[in-house]
Amino acid sequence: MPTVSVKRDLLFEALGQKYTDEEFDELCFEFGLELDEITSEKEILSREQGDEKAEGASDVVLYKIDVPANRYDLLCLEGLVRGLQVFKEKLEAPRYKRVSPADGGEPQRLVITEETASVRPHAVAAVLRNITFTQERYESFIELQEKLHQNVCRKRTLVAIGTHDLDTISGPFTYTAKAPGDIRFKPLNQSKEYTATELMSLYKTDSHLRHYLHIIENEPLYPIIYDSNGIVLSMPPIINGDHSKISLNTKNVFIECTATDLTKAKVTLDMVVTMFSEYCDEPFTVEEAEVVYPDGRLCVYPELAYRTETLSGDFINKRVGINESVESIAQLLTRMYLRSEVSGEGDLIQVEIPPTRSDVIHACDIMEDAAIAYGFNNIVRSTPRTYTVANQLPLNKLTELLRQDLAAAGFTEALTFALCSQEDIADKLRKNITETRAVHISNPKTAEFQVARTSLLPGLLKTLAANRKMPLPLKLFEISDVVLKDETKDVGARNNRRLCAVYYNKSPGFEVIHGLLDRVMQLLDVKPGRNQGYNIQAAEDSTFFPGRCAEIFSCGKSIGHLGVLHPDVISRFELTMPCSAIDIDIEPFL
Amino acid sequence: MADTGLLEALLRLLEKVDGGIDSQDVAADLGVDHQLIVGAVKSLQALGEVISAEQKSSKRWELTGEGCEIAEQGSHEARVFNAIPDEGLPQNQLMKMPSGKVGFSKAMSNKWIRLDKAHEGGPRVFKTVETIEDTVRNKLQLVQKGLSAKLEDKERNELKKRKLLSEVTVKSYWITKGSSFSTTITKQETELTPEMIASGSWKEKKFKPYNFEAMGVAPDCGHLHPLMKVRTQFRQIFLEMGFTEMPTNNFIESSFWNFDSLFQPQQHPARDQHDTFFISDPALAHKFPQDYLERVKQVHSEGGYGSQGYKYDWKIEEAQKNLLRTHTTAVSARMLYKLAQQEKFTPVKYFSIDRVFRNETLDATHLAEFHQIEGVVADYGLTLGNLMGILHQFFTKLGITKLRFKPAYNPYTEPSMEVFSYHEGLKKWVEVGNSGVFRPEMLLPMGLPEGVSVIAWGLSLERPTMIKYGINNIRELVGHKVNLQMVYDSPICRLDS
Repeated sequence: MPTVSVKRDLLFEALGQKYTDEEFDELCFEFGLELDEITSEKEILSREQGDEKAEGASDVVLYKIDVPANRYDLLCLEGLVRGLQVFKEKLEAPRYKRVSPADGGEPQRLVITEETASVRPHAVAAVLRNITFTQERYESFIELQEKLHQNVCRKRTLVAIGTHDLDTISGPFTYTAKAPGDIRFKPLNQSKEYTATELMSLYKTDSHLRHYLHIIENEPLYPIIYDSNGIVLSMPPIINGDHSKISLNTKNVFIECTATDLTKAKVTLDMVVTMFSEYCDEPFTVEEAEVVYPDGRLCVYPELAYRTETLSGDFINKRVGINESVESIAQLLTRMYLRSEVSGEGDLIQVEIPPTRSDVIHACDIMEDAAIAYGFNNIVRSTPRTYTVANQLPLNKLTELLRQDLAAAGFTEALTFALCSQEDIADKLRKNITETRAVHISNPKTAEFQVARTSLLPGLLKTLAANRKMPLPLKLFEISDVVLKDETKDVGARNNRRLCAVYYNKSPGFEVIHGLLDRVMQLLDVKPGRNQGYNIQAAEDSTFFPGRCAEIFSCGKSIGHLGVLHPDVISRFELTMPCSAIDIDIEPFL
Repeated sequence: MADTGLLEALLRLLEKVDGGIDSQDVAADLGVDHQLIVGAVKSLQALGEVISAEQKSSKRWELTGEGCEIAEQGSHEARVFNAIPDEGLPQNQLMKMPSGKVGFSKAMSNKWIRLDKAHEGGPRVFKTVETIEDTVRNKLQLVQKGLSAKLEDKERNELKKRKLLSEVTVKSYWITKGSSFSTTITKQETELTPEMIASGSWKEKKFKPYNFEAMGVAPDCGHLHPLMKVRTQFRQIFLEMGFTEMPTNNFIESSFWNFDSLFQPQQHPARDQHDTFFISDPALAHKFPQDYLERVKQVHSEGGYGSQGYKYDWKIEEAQKNLLRTHTTAVSARMLYKLAQQEKFTPVKYFSIDRVFRNETLDATHLAEFHQIEGVVADYGLTLGNLMGILHQFFTKLGITKLRFKPAYNPYTEPSMEVFSYHEGLKKWVEVGNSGVFRPEMLLPMGLPEGVSVIAWGLSLERPTMIKYGINNIRELVGHKVNLQMVYDSPICRLDS
């Protein structure tokens, strides 16, 4: 969930009202936001870097507000204020308009060459005319781009935004791709020119930019945008050129978004221009720009598309569980930035979805907004009449019953991790990893998460090792799932429910573990005997001490092993006493 | 039990006095060590109300080791004096005596002896008086007899300074007769025996009282794990509410069921390597319901079912990637798909409590695996009000009655609500779960009828357990680093109390 940081006093000034922290928190809760933290730059610095560094930092109160991940229109102060003002019915949602250049001028044009196809094939563009920045607006403008980059743009992999002072460059612009050695320009906030190859190594150590290098690093051609005089606007998705950088004095802003996902690029561009066209001489208007594709296709951006959905009041009432008139529902939706009108036809409502609400993709999204505006906590809570009879999963029912009786038999339940290291299930148990049928994890951050366990035994032995100070004997059990590769399953693996128990004492206590087997079989109503019953037979298993291991058969089928653990196994788990163990599959007893 | 003879002797002494008697006096009277009398007092106390004894402490003067020696052999100065013959003794010879040094200076200051430094053959010591009185020894002997009171404070302090006397604190008992005082001892029985029951002799016997302050002997037993005890309770709650358990015994899941079927787009950050454990072997899933897969692809890439879709290039390769399931909702998706394949739709209520996995940063409250509790209801015409109603019933069974709901975002539910409960201890609203109505883009491609709504909610098992059992670090609860003593000592789990 993205967090937007805004200055409290600026926020209240824009809202035209002062709130106490509690009142504002309550407003956020109702609207689906969360006032996560009340802090200041000074406080943040002193927490992260110590009081000394915080000396002299600003102590202006900051609100950190958590915004739902799909509400890109609330990622800056301007959007938050607009959303809340409309919600509080203090403001009518503005209408965003795309306009042609004044005085019949030609629109700015961005030409895409075919070289971009392999690396970053899409681009969109727009112009904000006669904008007035202040320090605060400027900071918010930069911050919004950063928030969009982190969210809808998926860390610039899908979309990268570049904003430029239009008066420093001249169109038409060319979006192409070139070999890194052939690209040379002065990047933002640097004092000299670099080739793209040099830039990539320069930014290797940049705490911010190094996270984006991988997006194009291994591409033969890097995306690059030039103006008609060969000045570099940007090398997306890494860095803009220094030449066209915007400042507080910038009046006209050229915005380009390059992308691998065109839908997201359009959304991103719409967000930037809808949020900041507020500060244009003619507010909420955006000057169009043309994008020419390699095949000659010409598209005009920003789309700023309004869409109308028609749905019935009955649908909203029935899904939410309320009983409101269509007029009232239309009003609820209008408060959520979805300008709505009763159509007059039956109980139909026409809902206009503005370009800022790209999250609304289905009638259910509209229904939710009606419920939010109505107030979730004003909805009458009622019990569904759904009549059903409960059933337990037979495997879990058996597990629950056995757990109770194993505890009654004097064993204590352990709860160990389903993930572990290869070593735990192989080397430490004196097994070869290839014979374990283990499922392997491709991206473990540490060795603890290399594989899914194929046996419960390592977990129990580690539990013993962590509790060596406890009085002996230690008697532990666990009934849980292991994971084994199984080609007959759609995903190529399956769980297997197993019962494992260990007895740890000064003497191995094989008879204790054997007695536990007898007790478990008694509980499962399986009598001792060779064919219809259960029996054990001497077996060799590398985990166990030679001559002290038996295989367990039930109704002629092998279900597991019991025995005294091999001394190497004991010492590899950092244990010092003899230990006997039993490990059986309980699925045959369903 | 102390010697019966001694006990009876003590009782006879006590019989003769009017008020009470000090245990030290008893020791002196009977001529035995005080510790034996203390033992006797304790034995008598254990017999019931024969005597009552109150502990008190008093101070007493005692001879030190050196003091005892002097009381026996005389003071150093006296010993020096006695060692000197009439013709005198060379000083160096005198100094070789054990008492030589101290005795010489004391005898000199008492003027019992004199030193002739000019004597031929070296300095020589001579007696100056015929007889002496060894007052130090006399005083010490008085103390030894228990008559220290006859000495003046000044005298005692001087002896103390010479480390011959010391003042000690003595713990003794002030013994008085008890309500059932008698001079004869009846031996008390410790336990009732089968013979006593058979013969009826228990009627005449006196039984030693039990010490009810002591702890009992811990029973020899096994214990269930606290998290599993809480799991059992949650299972019970769902069963009481008529919910059927889902088969969640499949930790390995395909991205298709874990994400795509839930209308979670392929570029969603949850599908990132940083959040999800992917599987390298077996890396891909191979079998999918083909026509359903096509519908899922369509709703993601183009929309449909009243949806705009996400309008991106949906790839089967992404859907095939195996992973450790990140939520049990993957199983709910499989179950709902299965339900949709029934000839005729029947309403269902499903639940599950099982492990899920996240490749997240670990801390005191987060592990890479945890248990998710999930409830799902599918029926015609379910409302958001129904979801709140059923959540209210569910949480009431957990002892939580004050609930409120916050709008939230989740890719596969719309509306989505975070569930908050008022925490009386913290005096604030805390999040206790997540809930929502599954999106039509998830349900309709499965083939569920248009009017069917599916409401669902989820929470973790670990969090309520940590709160219930007052555990701050999750590693003390889950995994092999568990403290077994905590497991042994954890009480039964009743979530509503």
